[in-house]
Amino acid sequence: MTVAADPGADPGVDTKSELSGRGSMGDVVFRGIAVIAATLIMVALAAVFIFLGIEGIPGFSVDEQHYAGQGSFLGLVVPLLYATMYAAVLALIVAVPFSVAIALFISHYAPRRIATPVAYVIDLLAAVPSVVFGLWGAVVLGPYLVPTHAWLSENLAWLPFFDGQPSGNGRTLFTASIVLAVMILPIITSICREVFAQTPRLHEEAALALGATRWEMVRYAVFPYARSGMVSAVMLGLGRALGETMAIAMIVSPKVLISLFIIGTNNPETIAAHIAQGYKESTPDRLSVLIATGLVLFAFTFLVNALARWIVARGRAK
Amino acid sequence: MSNTDLSNEETKLSHATLPRGAQWLVGVAAVALGGLALVLGMGIVGAAVIGLLGFLIGYPLWALLVENRRSATDKLVTGLVWTAFAVAVIPLIWLVYTVVSRGAATLSPEFLTYSMRSVTGDEQGGLYHALMGTLIVTGIAAVISIPIGIMTAIYLIEYGKGNRLAKTITFLVDVMTGIPSIVAGLFAFALFTLLVGPGTRFGFGGGVALSLLMIPTVVRSTEEMLKLVPDDLREAAYALGVPKWRTITKMVLPTAIGGIVTGVVLSISRVIGETAPLLVASGFNPNLNTSPFEDSPMMTVPVFIYTQLSEATAKGVEYAWGGALVLFILVMVLNLIARIVGTIFAPKTGR
Amino acid sequence: MSIQVKDTSIFYGDFKAVEDVTMSIKPKSVTAFIGPSGCGKSTFLRTLNRMHEVIPGAYVEGKISIHGQDIYGPNVDPVAVRRKVGMVFQRPNPFPTMSIYDNVLAGNKLNSKRIKKSEADSIVESALRGANLWNEVKDRLSKPGMGLSGGQQQRLCIARAIAVQPEVLLMDEPCSALDPISTAAIEDLIHELKSDYTIVIVTHNMQQAARVSDDTGFFNLKAAGQPGHLVEFNPTKQMFTKPDNPDTEAYISGRFG
Repeated sequence: MTVAADPGADPGVDTKSELSGRGSMGDVVFRGIAVIAATLIMVALAAVFIFLGIEGIPGFSVDEQHYAGQGSFLGLVVPLLYATMYAAVLALIVAVPFSVAIALFISHYAPRRIATPVAYVIDLLAAVPSVVFGLWGAVVLGPYLVPTHAWLSENLAWLPFFDGQPSGNGRTLFTASIVLAVMILPIITSICREVFAQTPRLHEEAALALGATRWEMVRYAVFPYARSGMVSAVMLGLGRALGETMAIAMIVSPKVLISLFIIGTNNPETIAAHIAQGYKESTPDRLSVLIATGLVLFAFTFLVNALARWIVARGRAK
Repeated sequence: MSNTDLSNEETKLSHATLPRGAQWLVGVAAVALGGLALVLGMGIVGAAVIGLLGFLIGYPLWALLVENRRSATDKLVTGLVWTAFAVAVIPLIWLVYTVVSRGAATLSPEFLTYSMRSVTGDEQGGLYHALMGTLIVTGIAAVISIPIGIMTAIYLIEYGKGNRLAKTITFLVDVMTGIPSIVAGLFAFALFTLLVGPGTRFGFGGGVALSLLMIPTVVRSTEEMLKLVPDDLREAAYALGVPKWRTITKMVLPTAIGGIVTGVVLSISRVIGETAPLLVASGFNPNLNTSPFEDSPMMTVPVFIYTQLSEATAKGVEYAWGGALVLFILVMVLNLIARIVGTIFAPKTGR
Repeated sequence: MSIQVKDTSIFYGDFKAVEDVTMSIKPKSVTAFIGPSGCGKSTFLRTLNRMHEVIPGAYVEGKISIHGQDIYGPNVDPVAVRRKVGMVFQRPNPFPTMSIYDNVLAGNKLNSKRIKKSEADSIVESALRGANLWNEVKDRLSKPGMGLSGGQQQRLCIARAIAVQPEVLLMDEPCSALDPISTAAIEDLIHELKSDYTIVIVTHNMQQAARVSDDTGFFNLKAAGQPGHLVEFNPTKQMFTKPDNPDTEAYISGRFG
């Protein structure tokens, strides 16, 4: 084996001058900027909590008169939170079957030359601003659905949802949940579409090779694989529906109440709509109350999103 | 899967099947059924529903009689999937149609160049002030969000790779993605209430609120694009004696630029239609206001739509549709730009 | 440009990947590293221009000096080391956003070095000639580098590496993604480059090592999970006829690995 000569035995060369760097300054600066940007996000989020806290915490206990006739913070926030959940769940009930079906349509059923434009159109649907949806729901869809409201209250009054005097203008939670469903449909569809498309080809081919029909292939090869992704898609849709303000604020004529009835003139009011409709009353105490309800909404959507992420992470670990 | 069906027919490969084009036959029958319902006075929607149900039931039923249960289920699901798609497209077409037709009736040079300053009754008003406001507020949001978003993504992908800070930031970006938009507005409002004074509503506040919503989408999309740049390109640059920051600015970013620009433009198109945060943070104003840092409310197109609708007058609704069309065009143009940029910068292979 | 390596070990965090390598690489010669997969030969190659530092947590103990200069010395900038010690990778990786011309000049362009057009032209031509690629691409220098065939892309990458005028050229299995004809072209090129550069090549192919190299180092693992180490370092001729170490003989004669 050839043994190395003493590495130091080359005295003619000055180590420093040839290999020592000059470019490292740029690296330090650039990295610094990147770190600052990343840290700014931390600061911003901390600021969100701090400022909402400073302005909102007093809102938990101000004079009774500021709780929109509900007497206390809990008395106000519980019905609001109920309505927020209720509207979001109604929207999910409408949106989920359609989203899954459309995702399947794009990933497994439609011929490619239809699937690509359809996927694009669904993405466009996601780009329509919520205020436009709200306008459409209030001015077009609501009045159009008035006969439907009447029909529901006549024929399905044995269900608590439809038991009562129907609204004459269609600006109800029923209309709002349909609009909300259309709004969250693209999110759920696009995530489902991605997970469906990621099903290993081998599984699908194995199912087909066993003589499965297309539906059996979807049921036994695609769905089991995509389950956690579908659940998280639904949760993300739920998160979006919870925070949606304008569509509901513009469509429904709301009141702070807990009720299952969704086709009448008085509809349960959601947190976001409550804030949007109450922000003009600028007494500081009232604003504190609104900000406090905003904090509750933030915390709640955070929990829902965290749950969705946890499900995804668990699905991946398997 | 039921094996009994298979074992019965183990030896023969062919069995009774529906004739070719059976779905068209059933389709024609369903249309006829719908027509019949229409004649019987069901109304166009009722007739469509009857026809659809006829198809959804008839086609699998025929398959059940001629073929077998598995095939019938398959056909039922296929029908349902197609139906779901068709039904979901209805609201979209309906929405686009109403926005365009009713908005076009309102849209005029006056509508685009007048503000609502002391407009009463039937006098001509417009959304010039709101359009300027939207451009200014969205511009502020973009100026804040794009550098922070892109640099954060660079940190996460190029420097952070799995260290503690990067993991924390990734988590926080996730949290930010979930901030309800109205809460972002409340934050900006609370912030400037403390910094400037109670009840402060101005353009910059709206920009801050929107940037809170925009940053996470910029970070996410940039991150995805940087991940697509293969590591061997980075190594090739390092091996040429190129410092890391030059590798990033001169090689990684140019390689990913198409996707990054697309993502940024899409994130702008997302926030340009946001209403709730601006309602709270920028307020509303019938007059033109072009100074975002002055302590006076700044109107934006989404808020214009909302306030015009709440006027509850015929004129107000008309203006709301005009505003909706303007906003819709803005969003679609941004989407189109994003798409074009995406194609222009798509990597060329030269083959 | 001789390279002296003394008692060098390489770590990824707590894991010791390569242990106690000592060798002396002769200037203007071809040195090949052979050995079974996972024995650390590529890892070791990367420490010769500090490319392993790209992986977080990787570090080196020991001393590696090039032409007497310790490349891990206190004031040494890894970027400057890499300018002296170029590298060619397993898969050809021309920059997709750049033309053939710009790819060759990438080292200058990415460093924003301003050079005259005429000077740039001559660098491109001599580098491409040096990589035996000039005749094939001289008419389409402005076309994207990605449009070339695999073998041409790899020679473009060699041209790119020699355009920054390094003194040492490291090659990490440069032919593993290429067909036999392209491989032969690269091997010919290595022969020619030897007169100007010190070349260190990692290869899986023992025939290739025998064909192109003057000296050969055989790396091996004692057992799975153990660090790799240098078993034998000798002139290639001796290595393939009468190696010092029985393990080397076993590997070369195909009894394991």
